[in-house]
Amino acid sequence: MEKPLTQHIRADKRPLTLKEYEQVGGYEAVRKVLKEMDPKSVTTLVKESNLRGRGGAGFGTGMKWSFVPLNAPKPKYLVANADEMEPGTFKDRILLESTPHQLIEGMIVAAFAIQADIAYVYLRWAYKTAGHAITRAIEEAKSAGYLGKNILGSGFDLEIHLHTGTGRYMCGEETALLNSLEGKRATPRAKPPFPQVSGLFGRPTIVNNVETFCCLPHIINNGPDWFKQLSRTGDAGTKIYGVSGKVKRPGAWELPMGVTMRELIEEHAGGMQDGLKFRGALPGGASTDFLVEQHLDVKMDYTDVAAAGSRLGTGTLIILDDHTCPVGFVRNLEHFFAQESCGFCTPCREGLPWVEKILTSIDAGEGREEDLQLLNFHTKYLGPGNTFCALAPGAMEPLQSALKYFREDFERHIQDKECSYRGKEVSAVH
Amino acid sequence: MATLYIDNKPYEVQAGKNLLETCLTLGLDLPYFCWHPAMGSVGACRQCAIKVFKDGDDKKGRLVMSCMEPVIDNQRISIKDEEAHEFRGHITEWLMTNHPHDCAVCDEGGSCHLQDMTVMTGHAYRRFQYKKRTHQNQYLGPFINHEMNRCIQCYRCVRFYKDYAGGNDLDVFASKGNVYFGRHEEGVLESEFSGNLTEVCPTGVFTDKTLKQHYTRKWDLTTAPSICQHCSLGCNIIAGERYGKLRSITSRYNGQVNGYFICDRGRFGYEFVNAPGRIRKPLINGQEADKEKVMQALAATLQRGNVIGIGSPRASLQSNFALKTLVGEANFFHGVSDKAHNLSALILRILREGSARTPTMMEVEKADVVFVLGEDLTNTAPMLALAVRQSALQQPLQEVEKLNIPLWNDAAARELMQDQKGPIFIVTTHATKLDDIATESLKMSPSEIAQLGFAVANLLDSTAPADQHLTPYVKNIAQKIADSLSAAKHPVVISGSSCGSEDIIKAAANISWALTKKNTQTGIVLTVPECNSLGLAMIGGRALSSALEAGKAGRAETVIILENDVYRHGVKSEVDEFLKTCAQVVVLDHTITETMHKASVAIPAGSFAESDGVLINNEGRAQRFFQVYEGHTEIQESWRWLLAMSMAMGNSTMMPWKNFDDITRAMVEAELLLKGVDQITPSADFRINGQRVPREPHRYSGRTAILANINVSEPKPPEDTDSPLSYTMEGMRGEPPSTMIPFFWSPGWNSVQSINKYQQEVGGALRGGDPGIRLFEPVEQGSVNYFTTVSEKFVSKEGQLLIVPLYHIFGSEELSARSLSVEQRVPEGYIMVSAKDAIALNVHEKQTLSFDIKGQQYQLPVRLSDTMPSGVAGLPNGLKGLPYVELPAWGILNRA
Repeated sequence: MEKPLTQHIRADKRPLTLKEYEQVGGYEAVRKVLKEMDPKSVTTLVKESNLRGRGGAGFGTGMKWSFVPLNAPKPKYLVANADEMEPGTFKDRILLESTPHQLIEGMIVAAFAIQADIAYVYLRWAYKTAGHAITRAIEEAKSAGYLGKNILGSGFDLEIHLHTGTGRYMCGEETALLNSLEGKRATPRAKPPFPQVSGLFGRPTIVNNVETFCCLPHIINNGPDWFKQLSRTGDAGTKIYGVSGKVKRPGAWELPMGVTMRELIEEHAGGMQDGLKFRGALPGGASTDFLVEQHLDVKMDYTDVAAAGSRLGTGTLIILDDHTCPVGFVRNLEHFFAQESCGFCTPCREGLPWVEKILTSIDAGEGREEDLQLLNFHTKYLGPGNTFCALAPGAMEPLQSALKYFREDFERHIQDKECSYRGKEVSAVH
Repeated sequence: MATLYIDNKPYEVQAGKNLLETCLTLGLDLPYFCWHPAMGSVGACRQCAIKVFKDGDDKKGRLVMSCMEPVIDNQRISIKDEEAHEFRGHITEWLMTNHPHDCAVCDEGGSCHLQDMTVMTGHAYRRFQYKKRTHQNQYLGPFINHEMNRCIQCYRCVRFYKDYAGGNDLDVFASKGNVYFGRHEEGVLESEFSGNLTEVCPTGVFTDKTLKQHYTRKWDLTTAPSICQHCSLGCNIIAGERYGKLRSITSRYNGQVNGYFICDRGRFGYEFVNAPGRIRKPLINGQEADKEKVMQALAATLQRGNVIGIGSPRASLQSNFALKTLVGEANFFHGVSDKAHNLSALILRILREGSARTPTMMEVEKADVVFVLGEDLTNTAPMLALAVRQSALQQPLQEVEKLNIPLWNDAAARELMQDQKGPIFIVTTHATKLDDIATESLKMSPSEIAQLGFAVANLLDSTAPADQHLTPYVKNIAQKIADSLSAAKHPVVISGSSCGSEDIIKAAANISWALTKKNTQTGIVLTVPECNSLGLAMIGGRALSSALEAGKAGRAETVIILENDVYRHGVKSEVDEFLKTCAQVVVLDHTITETMHKASVAIPAGSFAESDGVLINNEGRAQRFFQVYEGHTEIQESWRWLLAMSMAMGNSTMMPWKNFDDITRAMVEAELLLKGVDQITPSADFRINGQRVPREPHRYSGRTAILANINVSEPKPPEDTDSPLSYTMEGMRGEPPSTMIPFFWSPGWNSVQSINKYQQEVGGALRGGDPGIRLFEPVEQGSVNYFTTVSEKFVSKEGQLLIVPLYHIFGSEELSARSLSVEQRVPEGYIMVSAKDAIALNVHEKQTLSFDIKGQQYQLPVRLSDTMPSGVAGLPNGLKGLPYVELPAWGILNRA
């Protein structure tokens, strides 16, 4: 089983130095694109590889790039979205901490394709180790001539800067990230215009996820067909999947795109902890719909997870077990979303705290019959298009599916005026 | 044009506009909060949701925010769609989760956009059961009251304050359900346009603190269309009264003059009208006297002859004309310093005879290059500064258009433009607030400013005279400015009288005329000191110095002074002496001034609120202000007093004039320059379906109780013989002619947002045209006679400083400075000295500097300036304790 992204990660997770990275074929892709290819053909190649954005939305990477006007005057910007704050998600962290050069190499490839001359790594504030690794890798790449003016004599210039956020989930949304990077409030922007036309500082900009960038050197080196065959399904490549919750071995693994949830939980995460049963999972981070027992054999790719009524998102499962209260579980998530709302648009700013208050009240045994209607009302009206960005619709995904799959739990809380899970809950082991 | 199907009905609409403004222009009701016609769309509130359908077969459609979607030809949309309607209701429900529902005790109640929109969405039952979040309020200064708990987070306040008006001390803080709009700490809001927050805020977060001192519901106000009296721009205002007190000033939309906004001096300067010390009855030697008796006494005096009249730049055309007629042309003096008069006359000549057009303020907003010579606009003509701030975006906005981003998509447009501005060039004697948008801002002495101006004109047209004194640096700048101006589509040159320099004005005129030769779209804007300075210049009159001489020569036995504190226009000792030589000093004024103290006969004149009149703004636009309420006791218009005097003395010319229309008609016949002034508004006998236009809305309450403590039978309301407005709530319903709108109201639209209903298209002209008549348009090219340059090279003098005038929005203007709220913002007197000179003089900030100007002694604390040129110092104009002195002038330093 090929694991291009993580194959060189050491057991102790120490990052590869430039020399070590070069020894295993690092920066070959940079040499290839700068010496043998033109920007358009890089984009075409990436389009052919069918690489889809690993940040959660799964938009075609090559397609995204193709909207950048190549003849636009400089500066043009490239941004690595390393603001990994989706609850339950820790896949980018592994790449950032252990193979920073792979990210930089991918960024150089992408920057060349869109002819960007300035790039930023927008890093989650809490990722201190990753910050050190990236800072050092940028320095190394600069001294080796992979960054700076006239890279490898090609005439192509690129500088990369590390920018650390201050811990707002909102900054994971690409336009809010750009505002934050400009020093403005991290509120999203209306689209159109898209960042490809008016992004960072009003200039053409591409924002891609860390994992997406890390795929690029391998696609350049091995070709689009190789990348497609890595996958078990129509969505190409490998994917870093993760599992958290009360399983025996929580963690993250690079696997072919399209492994099933069952394989992930049972083979890689070692199954549920003893005495606990699987009740459901959020397949792609906190802002995705629950999948339940009947979906365990769904292939974890963009297409099939969507067909099952959820989203692949970041591909990191959060498991709900039968000793954990689904109402409390969702309440906790909605607390997060309400707190992370940027406060720009009405439905999100006012709706999410209301949802949180209702769930808190149900959880505390103070729920009323009409509360379920109110929750349903929010899941309906905080949908995509009604709010300014995808935060509130994302926040509604676990709630609406919980109301669908665990409705009896909600009803029992309201009827019994208490939570029957109190005392049953066990804490995770690690 | 495009065809738009709204709820299956086709409409011809303008392509490129957004769907919200299109629906509002069509007269359809659609609720909104975050959108504002002057500020565009950001899509924050989600209140204006409608359905868009793919085609006729699409029954489901999708919800969109109408403010964020452009009109597309043949598009089908629905406002009435069930889901859209329900969603809009829920937006209201969400907004209300934290709103305190305190309408009964909220100043905004009854004129609240939030109330209106809530009713419009039809959402009545709130399901939110939990605690509301609360905020701390802030002290924001004497003008604005802050009540953050009412906030619905539409972001319009910060978008106006920061993005539109360039302020930087109001912002949005925190996030999620806890966003806070205020200052980083309590304190006075610094922007000169902060009062607009009260109209921009859709609810009662930012309200008028001065109104709060004497609060009245909007529907209980008697209002009239009026004109701001506090600078030369003539912004349109609505003035409101109850119980005989002027209570509030709000902006009156004029699509050519002030648009939606006014400055804080205009909004809060009105309180001088309510001054407790105002005289209400005529005084003879300080004793209240019966009106008839006073008239008889005056008639006798006037008949003896040797009567001169002194007019006023802050009195209406009618009052000035009445005085001029009463005393005779040869005995009418214009009442401003000779220098000020010469400057106004020069400006009048440039506007009337020059080839460059003077644009309206809204046209200035669209200028793509602006060159300001000598004017500190923020302090001399604040709303013009706001207009220039918008013009700074015109060239950057061209880039926005190129990328097909609609200009109303405000956040996207600003994102693309970033900090790009201009080109705007500002050359002044000291740093001004507008410098932050300037491509180049230079600080020079007045003569150097003029020289730079002449040089620019010469570079644009070599037949325009050049100046010989330029340094290579200045030449370079002149070239840059000339290149920018000639590349512009709509260049505007701005100058005015505030530097006290004819040369600067002439240089500005030369530039505009040189440009006009190539580009007829060139504009020149010249500011003058007071609300009717230009009108006074048009009426003419002899120099004030001649009046003083006439006094000395004993030819001024009686002087009638019209709404004028002569001490603000002449040197104290000379005015003292003059007033002493006059046996009778008759002063008509609404305000107790130093001159009034010297009056042997003091006549209680009506302020603008108690008067009808016409003013001419700096654009040459004649505009009418209507009486809001009849003056107390014997307060009445100056012109009415003058008519009464003419009756008493049997002046045959004036005898037939009974009312405003009579005097206006006579004036237009007598004064050639004022042709057309009688056409501004319908005459007093104008009726709609036999009815007058009411000054009071139909919701006006408590009328029968107002005087019930005196007499339970309600007195007959006064009859207005001067205008078609009535003093009651009875009269025509609906939309009055655009020139006489006493208040904006439309069913379901009780807030100021009802202006939408009065416009031809949203943000455009009022239906029936924007009020006011422009009295001059540019003459054909070829009549240009360039002014020649006579300015001398500026050389600083040992032991002396060239003292130039400085202006303060709060303090330099006479009447507003007497307003209780504005008074709190007036600075103490000071002398501004350049940092370089301060070192040479060995003085520090706040240390007292002693000097004299033309024999007048000054001892003032020093204010240091990093930008003022060496050898030049600044003295604030018109502040309390700083008597009139003609500036610029050399100040001789007294060494201790």
